[in-house]
This record gives sequence, C-alpha cells and structure tokens, in this order.
Amino acid sequence: MTTDTLQELTRRPYAAGFVSAVEADTFPPGLNEDVIRALSEKKGEPPFLLEWRLKSYRHWLTLREPTWQAVTYKPIDYQAISYYSAPRFKPKKDSLDEVDPEILRTYEKLGIPLVEQQRLQNVAVDAVFDSVSVATTFKDKLAKAGVIFCSFSEAVREHPELLRKYLGSVVPHSDNFFAALNSAVFSDGSFVYIPKGVRCPMELSTYFRINAAETGQFERTLIVADEGSYVSYLEGCTAPQRDTNQLHAAVVELVALKGATIKYSTVQNWYPGDAEGKGGIYNFVTKRGIAHERAKISWTQVETGSAITWKYPSVILKGDDSVGEFYSVALTNNLQQADTGTKMVHLGKNTRSTIVSKGISAGRGQNTYRGLVKVLKSAENARNYTQCDSLLLGDKCGAHTVPYIEVKNASAQVEHEASTSKIGEDQLFYCRQRGISQEDAVSMIVNGFCRQVFKELPMEFAVEAQKLLGVSLEGSVG
Amino acid sequence: MALLSVRNLHARVGDKDILKGIDLEVGAGEVHAIMGPNGSGKSTLASVLAGRDAYEVTQGEVLLDGKPLLELAPEARAAEGVFLAFQYPVEIPGVGNLHFLRTALNAQRRVKGLEELDAMDFLQMAKEKSKLVQLDAAFMNRSVNEGFSGGEKKRNEIFQMAVLEPRLAILDETDSGLDIDALRTVAGGVNGLRSPQRSMVVITHYQRLLDYIVPDKVHVMAGGRIIRSGGRELALELEEKGYGWLGLQDGKAAATKGGEARR
Repeated sequence: MTTDTLQELTRRPYAAGFVSAVEADTFPPGLNEDVIRALSEKKGEPPFLLEWRLKSYRHWLTLREPTWQAVTYKPIDYQAISYYSAPRFKPKKDSLDEVDPEILRTYEKLGIPLVEQQRLQNVAVDAVFDSVSVATTFKDKLAKAGVIFCSFSEAVREHPELLRKYLGSVVPHSDNFFAALNSAVFSDGSFVYIPKGVRCPMELSTYFRINAAETGQFERTLIVADEGSYVSYLEGCTAPQRDTNQLHAAVVELVALKGATIKYSTVQNWYPGDAEGKGGIYNFVTKRGIAHERAKISWTQVETGSAITWKYPSVILKGDDSVGEFYSVALTNNLQQADTGTKMVHLGKNTRSTIVSKGISAGRGQNTYRGLVKVLKSAENARNYTQCDSLLLGDKCGAHTVPYIEVKNASAQVEHEASTSKIGEDQLFYCRQRGISQEDAVSMIVNGFCRQVFKELPMEFAVEAQKLLGVSLEGSVG
Repeated sequence: MALLSVRNLHARVGDKDILKGIDLEVGAGEVHAIMGPNGSGKSTLASVLAGRDAYEVTQGEVLLDGKPLLELAPEARAAEGVFLAFQYPVEIPGVGNLHFLRTALNAQRRVKGLEELDAMDFLQMAKEKSKLVQLDAAFMNRSVNEGFSGGEKKRNEIFQMAVLEPRLAILDETDSGLDIDALRTVAGGVNGLRSPQRSMVVITHYQRLLDYIVPDKVHVMAGGRIIRSGGRELALELEEKGYGWLGLQDGKAAATKGGEARR
C-alpha cells in the first residue's frame, strides 16, 4: 500500500515542458570538418579557435564512448544531431529590446524574467537559448566592478587573450569523449572573469534552455577568479517535453587563482522523459576546477532532471592549503538514471576536500554515486571527508555507491561514510498521525534528507530547489 | 455519551487475527489504563485507533464523539483530535523538531478552518508548553527525535501532545525504556494535561506507571479481548498476583519491574 502511494506521489507533471514558437536558424543534422568550419565562421571566430575545434574533432574521432558508467541507453547517432540552432535575430546587443519577445516570454514562464527592473535583486543572468546566449543582464553594474560576465561568443570577440590563456587549461580538448566533442562543436556559453581582489557584487547566473528539436546543446562555461577574488555562480536548466532524446554535452572550467573562491551552484531540471522512459535529455557533462594556493572551489548541485545524468564536478587541489567541496542532491524517478559524483585530486600540501552526496531514488530510478579521492605523493597532510547517503522511495528503484580512493602519501586522512535508508512507513505514519498529509510528509522527509546540501545553496536557489523537489515528488493533485 | 466508543472491534495483519472483539467506552475527562501481557493486542489497538495502514479492520466500529472514526485517514483522525504517543518515536533526520510540530499544528488548524499560527506566535506557545516536560530550547531545534535518548523521545511525545491539544490521547507504553526520574517527568507532563474535555487511554505492561498516572478505570487485555475491567484496585491486584493470576502466560510477567530494553 505504502509503496503504491509512493509511486503515485512520485508521478509528476514536468512544468517546464512547453515549446516556444521561435524561428530558428538551424544546421542540418550531421558532423564533419565542414560543419565545424561553418560553425566557426558563423560565429566570426579567430583562427586559433577554429584550429582548436578541428584538433578536438580529430581527437574525438579516435575516442570511443565510455561504457564504465552504470547507465544504459540506445547508441547515440552523432550524425543525426544538429550542431547549431539559433533563434533568428541579430547577434546579441546590449538592449533586451532586440530579443525576440517570444524568448523573453519563455524565460518569464520559467520564472526568470530578464527585464531587469522586475528581476530578483542582485542576480545577473546570462540566458542561453539553444545554441546561443540571448541576453545578459546587469552588465553595466558588473563592469564598474571590473567583472566580465558575457556570453562565450562575446568573450571570443572582446577578450580573446584571456580566452586563449585559459580555454582548455582545466579540461583539455582530449580529456574524454564528451569533452572532446564539446570542444569541437561548442556553440556558446558563459564567460566570467573576476579581477584581482574583487568580490563580485552580485550572484552571477546562467540559464540554459534547449528549445529546438533534434538539436544537441554544447555549451562551455569558463570562470576565472583572479587572486583573492570571490564569485558565486548559479546555473539552471530546462528543456521542452519531447518524445526523442536530446544530447547535452557541456564543459565547465573553473580557475581559482591564489586565494580566490568560486562557488558554483547548479539546479538541473532538464526534461527527464515520461513515465515509460520515452524522451528526455542525455546529460553528459564535464565540470572541473583547478584551485591554486589557498583557493577554494565549491560545487553544489541539485540534479532532478535528465533521462541520463553523467556528471562528476571535480577539483584539482593544486596549490597548498587549497580547498575543494562537493555537495550534491540527485533525484531519479520513473526510468531516470544518474551516475554522478566527483573527483578530488590532492596535489598541494594541507589540501582539504569535503564530499556530501545525497541520492534519492523513486519509481524505477537508478542512482549511482561514483567518486574518486586521489592523494598524490606531494600532498602532505591532505584531508578528505566523504559522506554518501541514499534514500529509497518504494521498492523498484536502486541506489549504488562506488567510491574510489587512491592514496600515495601516508600522512593523508581520508574518511568515508555511507548510508542507505528507505522512507519508512513508520516515518510517514508518524507524520500523518500528527496531522500532516502523506504528500507533505514525503516532501518534508526528503527535504530533511537534503538539508545539508540545500544550506550550501544561495538563498533564492535553495527555495527553488526545495520547490523543485516538492514538485518532483508531487502527485497529480492541483 | 462517551467520547470514545469502541464496539466489537476486530482487526488483523495479513491473515492473522489480532483484535477479536474489543468493547471500550471512555467518557470525557476519563483516564483508562489498558494492561496485558506481551502479544495481547494492546499496541495493535492503539495503532488501529490511530489508523495505521498495516492493520485491516474486519468487524466493528469506533466512534469519536458519536462520529465514525475508522473511515478517516490518519491525518484526518489527528485533526479530529486523536493523538498517539508512540512507543518508539520515529526519527526524521534534517527536519527540525519545531518545524515539524508547527507544520502539524497548522495542518490541523487548516482542517478546522482556523488561521495558521505564524512562527513567532508558535514559538512563544511552544516555549510555554515545553516547560511541562522540561525540554530546553536547544533540544527543540534539533531534528525530530534524531539522537534523542529514550527519555528525551518520550518527553518529546508529551510535548507534542501539549502543543496539539488532542481530545483523545493514546499513550502506547510511554513508560517503556524510562528510568524512574524520566518516568516521573513524563507522568507529570501527562497529569498536567488531564482535563475534563480530554480523555486518555494509557497502555502499559507494568502497573508502575499507574502509580504516577492514576487511572479511573483499568482493563486487562489478553488474546485480542478485554477479559477484565475494574477500578484502580485491579492494577494493584495484578501487580501483587501477576498475570498468571488471570490464567495468563507471560514470559516477562514481573509486573512491578520497569525498564524494558530500549530499542
């Protein structure tokens, strides 16, 4: 009985599943060097970037899709994907007036009004619609602080020297199958540079939306925090409800120079597919940061969407006394599959890392935590603390924990704790006996389970994440 | 009219019959004790009254203030004023004790058409009520029952009862796992909540609790039935003679000894 009710509760409508009627400029499906040249030309890129793309593409051809992850899916036909789709309007201008009103409406429907006066206070947004960035807000205010926050394409034009220096410096073009593909065909994304000693005056945020059908989204984010600076960056994603699977292969690179702090938060709500597993986004993402001396990189992610999630936000603790953190909530429902975790690579002395992973499985969802803690010989007095908790709703879902630990320095201290629990009939009955409805009880218990992670999110995002989990587990009730 | 009327109640788990015809009338303001050896069906009765899914009622009816109770979901029964103090209070990690309790109270108030209490009013009220069982503020902000000692858990149950102000409180082996000091505190809290409008059903294996919570009536359960009812003296007689006196088998029949093993 309880199992059935839970199944019912975990059936949910996907609220962001609408399609926007926007005229788009889309490449025909297919991938070869000509497509990459055309893409590069369309974006008016300098030769070094085209060369880099081609180099990546040629390397990609030599790679095979990874198979070690605990997810199953039909083979992806890379020739059946369109590698570029852009809403048909002039390249981005400073004024929102030039953005297609349909796109502005789309973001408003998603609760992300781009019109600045109506916006949440103190969050600057870069909106990426299919392959291109359509709007960046609060640019003037940021410019005063010396902060660069713009679309990747704009960075290519305006700040080629910074880009050239850091592009691929954390995730090389040859890193892995999906990262190589992204390096070859990435279309847009966000670029952030925080100058020395500057504390970024507001939260920066990118909102990704896949709209066009049969299109892959390959965006790239590069954040460089110069010495002693601080930035908090948020990323949100949704996609329309479609019967076919869509590929999302992004790369995120973070560079935290001496004494800098980067806090990177994600609320991922790509379309997860329907209850029978039809449709949904394949999310194959490479995210990595490099922390120099006394720098700190903190990843927080709330993953509720996608048919498949393959994602391991990592930190290379290169500098002495650097800190890496990973806080994650991953929810899989229906036939969703998630294989997610982190890598903490300790190189510097006195480096510290913390991993807190909360996996929630409902329906027939499968949730795997996969993490690597690697302490190299040079990493004197490295510390790691890992905690992996899994929560099961119902009896048809699965939770798996695959921790890898490699320690080459005897002074290291590595701790790993794991737990698996089930939302018990006991917990539900206890709540209901006190007057709380079953639905509210499930949502309360799940939110309690995630609290350790939610408290790491910036305020606005924490509220959104809690709501999202509520919706994700809601029945069809109003 | 009795506040609680249980008539010919039969219930089972799977195909095992556990309650085999319970009749019980509890008047407003009365405290009834239900005693009995292990496996007699005492805790099942408590669970059935509160509406736990695992039990199937096969016969009989239960009326609260003359209204049928059994057709209501557990949360609706709670809003009608049924409160169960659990034998094993459940832990809910990450959910603050006060947040939990305010959610519960406001859910009940919504059903009754009352305005929800805001955080400030609630906090003030909760502080006041917490004195009853000597809970301090730090304790109230911890996660629901997480890492609480046995005594703290039971005090927390009574604290919740004080906040929710039920019409019918069912205390399921509230004395189990308590040392004598904790037992006194808990019983003191319960006594503070006795009122002419509120009825209580106190389920216990041992007569010891009834030294502190003095019942109006005592019932002895065995084999899914109430086999004997009487006044306070029935419990004392049971203490003296043991369950064997009524022809009952009970492995742990030492009716005066407290302190079942904590879970």
